[in-house]
Amino acid sequence: MKFKKSPGYILFLIINYGVLFFLAATCFFPILHVLALSMSSSAAASSGRVLILPVEFNLQSYRYVVENNAFLKAFAVSVKRVALGVPINMFLTVLSAYPLSRRKEQFRMKTFFTWFFLFTILFSGGMIPWYMVIKETGLLDTIWALTIPGAVPVFNVILLVNYFRSIPAELEEAAYMDGASHWCILWKIFLPISIPTLATVLLFSLLSHWNSWFDGLILMNNPDKYPLQSYMQTIVISRDPTTLTERDLDLLKIISDKTTKSAQLFIAMIPIICVYPFLQKYFTTGLIVGGIKG
Amino acid sequence: MGELDPKGAGAAMKSAMRSRKVQQLKREIPLYIMLMPAVVILLVYAYGPMIGNVIAFQRFLPGRGLFGSEFIGLENFIYVFKMPNIWSVIYNTVFISSMKIVLGIIVPVTVALMLNEVHHNAFKRTVQTIIYLPYFLSWVILSGIIITILSPSDGIVNHLLGYLGIEPIFFLGDERIFPYTIVVTDIWKNFGFGTIVYLTALTSIDPNLYEASLIDGANRWQQTIHITLPGISTTIILLSVISVGNILNAGFEQIFNLYSPMVYSTGDILDTLVYRMGIQNYQFGVATAIGLIKSVVATVFIVVSNRAAEKIGGYRVF
Repeated sequence: MKFKKSPGYILFLIINYGVLFFLAATCFFPILHVLALSMSSSAAASSGRVLILPVEFNLQSYRYVVENNAFLKAFAVSVKRVALGVPINMFLTVLSAYPLSRRKEQFRMKTFFTWFFLFTILFSGGMIPWYMVIKETGLLDTIWALTIPGAVPVFNVILLVNYFRSIPAELEEAAYMDGASHWCILWKIFLPISIPTLATVLLFSLLSHWNSWFDGLILMNNPDKYPLQSYMQTIVISRDPTTLTERDLDLLKIISDKTTKSAQLFIAMIPIICVYPFLQKYFTTGLIVGGIKG
Repeated sequence: MGELDPKGAGAAMKSAMRSRKVQQLKREIPLYIMLMPAVVILLVYAYGPMIGNVIAFQRFLPGRGLFGSEFIGLENFIYVFKMPNIWSVIYNTVFISSMKIVLGIIVPVTVALMLNEVHHNAFKRTVQTIIYLPYFLSWVILSGIIITILSPSDGIVNHLLGYLGIEPIFFLGDERIFPYTIVVTDIWKNFGFGTIVYLTALTSIDPNLYEASLIDGANRWQQTIHITLPGISTTIILLSVISVGNILNAGFEQIFNLYSPMVYSTGDILDTLVYRMGIQNYQFGVATAIGLIKSVVATVFIVVSNRAAEKIGGYRVF
């Protein structure tokens, strides 16, 4: 589109680019700043001389983190959680999405079960009873506490159901005529053509497992079993400057907490920074499929 | 030809129908098997806690369990409403979440419109990609970053403000500022995602409309007001109506990581109160009562807002 380049329009463009650049900067620079802090000397970090480039570059805090058993243990728990939790999520999402995507003639209890799933988003049991149920079922302090209670991600199920419903009926009717079973139709027809949506769902599930921290914090009595984000919560948040005691302040003078904290923050971000460029592609697909349809 | 036997035909039809029903059921069995595992898990871990809400009506003792604890009627609820801070907590919850809802619409829509005016594709794509990075980071990580950069003693933000001659601001420790810090950081995390949603909606506007308006002599501003905004108005209305359902969710994960006793007066919300009373102070009955009230009201809001979305935009979530 061509417009007359009036002074007003040019001014608008300058402001527009300026504001957008500023917004992008507010999202990007804090992360860069944390990275720079993690690679600076503790003196530089606490004197406020570090902006987005390391001052007095060193990797001491990374060495501290790598030698820090608690961090590595927590990282391992997170990996284990993802390795167990994501396949469980995917398996149950696919298995529940197929029946719920059938037409009413094919599955007469469809409406009932759809509501059975939806109601769980509509009404939540609340924090205390949720904790009690997990405790009563004996999952506390095991990796299963982090993977089983959230094993059915209802939102992902809805997303996949919507996609399955958009698959032309002729495809499965042909297979049905040839005597294919539901299992066969799901496995051989539905799954192969749903790969982009499955990828979206997989990324959602991956992200939610990697990012969850609250469940780890209250379902694990032993801090050795904390996943990474729960461990980060205890070290990064609980020592925030607003709640520091006199003794903590003395300790802070000896070891710079700031640089090691920054290093751990950055390491915990790496997996997300690695996968999120891929998210954009699948994200929009997922949104279009799952979002404004219903 | 022999006479038709209506009775016999009826019986044959009935048995045919029955065998068809049996066949249909046979055809459905695999579907039930597929649903079984998910249903069991939801029954235990989603419906179980709903039933567990009876704790709200008990003087609950963990040692005695759900069935052994004494029922005390509405005593816990009466206690809740006699708590000195309950009304301020409700106020904080609604205040923070409604600011989040309003800005959560205005900011992404504005940014989407602004990005729409950018014709350098590389710049546009870069900005788009960067602004929704925070959306994918957890509140623990983001809070770590926020606490680091907002620290009044050695945070970068206060350092920069210092160059402008502004006294250090205690963003997370000053009870007057805390709610706004919460709202701004929440928008910071989420606006990139909202922007993408609106940009997607923008692409579905018919380009012919712009061509036609150009011939009529419309300038870019008039196009934005008369074509672009109406073009995404359905999406705007739908998303805002749906977000109203979240009025009681002021953001537990965020506030839990950023608040401190210094800012309880303006920053404590229902969910954090439930956490402290239940998990920290073991007042299970009272905490569950607060949680139950919140769940019931939230459900009403969600249902009403979704009904409204359906009426206005024909959009159905449930």
